[in-house]
Amino acid sequence: MMKKNAMIDRYRWWEVILMYIGIAIFLFFMLAPFIEGFLVSLKPLGLLFSTPYKFFPENASFDAYFTMWDSVPEFGRYIFNSFYISTVITIIVLLLVVPASYAFARINFGGAGPLLGAFLAVNMFSGAVLLIPLFRLMRAYGMLNTYWSMIVPGVAFLIPTAIWLLSAYMRRIPKELDEAAYVDGAGHLYILRRVILPLAMPGITVVAITTFIGAYAQQFIFALTFNSKTEYMPLPIGLYAYFGRQEVIWNELMAASFVGIAPAMILIFALQRYLVAGLTAGAIKQ
Amino acid sequence: MPGQRSAVLFAWILLVPALIYVCAIVVYPLLQTINLSFTDASLRRTTDYIGWENYARIFDAEFATIIGRTFLWTFLSVALKMIIGTCGALLLNAALPGRSLFRLMTMPPWIVPMAIGIFMWGWMYNGQFGMISGLLQRFGIVDGPIAFLAYGNTAFWATIVTDVWIGVPMVTMYMLAAVQTVPQDLHEAAWTDGASRLYRIRRITLPMILPAAITMSMISLISTFNSFDPIWILTQGGPSGSTTTMIIDTYSTALGSKRFGEGAARAVVICLFLSAFALLYFRAVTQLSKRMST
Repeated sequence: MMKKNAMIDRYRWWEVILMYIGIAIFLFFMLAPFIEGFLVSLKPLGLLFSTPYKFFPENASFDAYFTMWDSVPEFGRYIFNSFYISTVITIIVLLLVVPASYAFARINFGGAGPLLGAFLAVNMFSGAVLLIPLFRLMRAYGMLNTYWSMIVPGVAFLIPTAIWLLSAYMRRIPKELDEAAYVDGAGHLYILRRVILPLAMPGITVVAITTFIGAYAQQFIFALTFNSKTEYMPLPIGLYAYFGRQEVIWNELMAASFVGIAPAMILIFALQRYLVAGLTAGAIKQ
Repeated sequence: MPGQRSAVLFAWILLVPALIYVCAIVVYPLLQTINLSFTDASLRRTTDYIGWENYARIFDAEFATIIGRTFLWTFLSVALKMIIGTCGALLLNAALPGRSLFRLMTMPPWIVPMAIGIFMWGWMYNGQFGMISGLLQRFGIVDGPIAFLAYGNTAFWATIVTDVWIGVPMVTMYMLAAVQTVPQDLHEAAWTDGASRLYRIRRITLPMILPAAITMSMISLISTFNSFDPIWILTQGGPSGSTTTMIIDTYSTALGSKRFGEGAARAVVICLFLSAFALLYFRAVTQLSKRMST
């Protein structure tokens, strides 16, 4: 078997070259903005606007990575805000979604199918469509220009996918386990807490990570519309601070982008095997 | 199992928090949007019901253009995401050294805050200093600098490319998972019969991943139709409206010029289109699952 596999996967030399060229083009497309952004962050501002175009910077220096902290002193705060908002969103989503997923996955009740469908339908509506009433809602409850103005709507749009992923995961836990516990006299709450929750932990981790990324990567429109206070701005909006009155400080903007995303990148690459699982779980092997 | 009655009650108790939350933040605002769309709400203190006037006003020639443009933009973006993502999945599935590193390297556009990736694209599109114009000139493909975001035609494509870039990692990972579920015995049987690699991809892999591809393109269709960040950050719908999709148009009507009522009517039209897509999606999914089970 192994031998056959090895044979079937053996490529001729030109196949290998072609595939590597294909991968190189593909990855260049995915990474080009980061390459360009990094090169720009190394160019001194004066040389940035020099023609003709040079791919590699002359007089490259890491100065922008130091001066960026002076140009926008609140920068550290933006990084913190991004993390804070995403973390709170993730916690609230988990609190709402874990019980709901248990109900969908482990209890037979009338209307479960349509109800799950209704939850998924929320995915169709982007925040942009609901901005006006949401704006009024936020204003009515005094949430404008607070962290909550970004957290509250953020949670709502991350619930559907989280329920979908987690209930699919919980459905795969063998039914015999609950039945055995029930025969022993355990109630629903006990089964949820002591049988299903521990077994669903890997699934919950995956959902937590995908929810965090969703909250982290998509924080723009609510922050743009519902918050105007500098101290609560998340990273993507905070970066607009480098768009000065006269000109954009591009090299610092790019340097700040890299510094800003570094903590999240490290965290996410450390957890990447959960990430792939999260993207694909529940979707294909139902 | 525990008594059926108490089980159902317990299920509802577990569901209620999530249900209330979604009703308050999504369903209620949605109903309010519909209500608002029949008013002349703006920054003025008084708001009157004006019947279908907002709808009558938006169905002019300009709105028809915007709808057409939105569909073209969405179609091109989804098609490119699916083609590039599926090619990427096939390449990343090949048993080559460095495979897991390559997979990791496709993730950043999805993980990084969208807005930051889009800022970087904004610089790349710059005519004088950006990479694309610079490299095209260097290789002699074009004569002078091209400011991609300054002309309607190029700005249209530039926003599509950036949107594709954001969407490809998701499609790639999803399609990669689908490729990996193709039973190895099929490949082995075909290989024993002397089928070439390309033939096996065409006749085994692609048909087997078709259901996943349809599901993914429907998911992608809905999120692409709603795509806001790339266009808003790069062009804000310009130059002279050439990248104004329905979402952008709604946003600038409602929050740019503060004509809430009119914006709401536009939002309702978007919701109608989205519902049609969702119906299409559910039909595709049920038909597929029927075909798979028989």
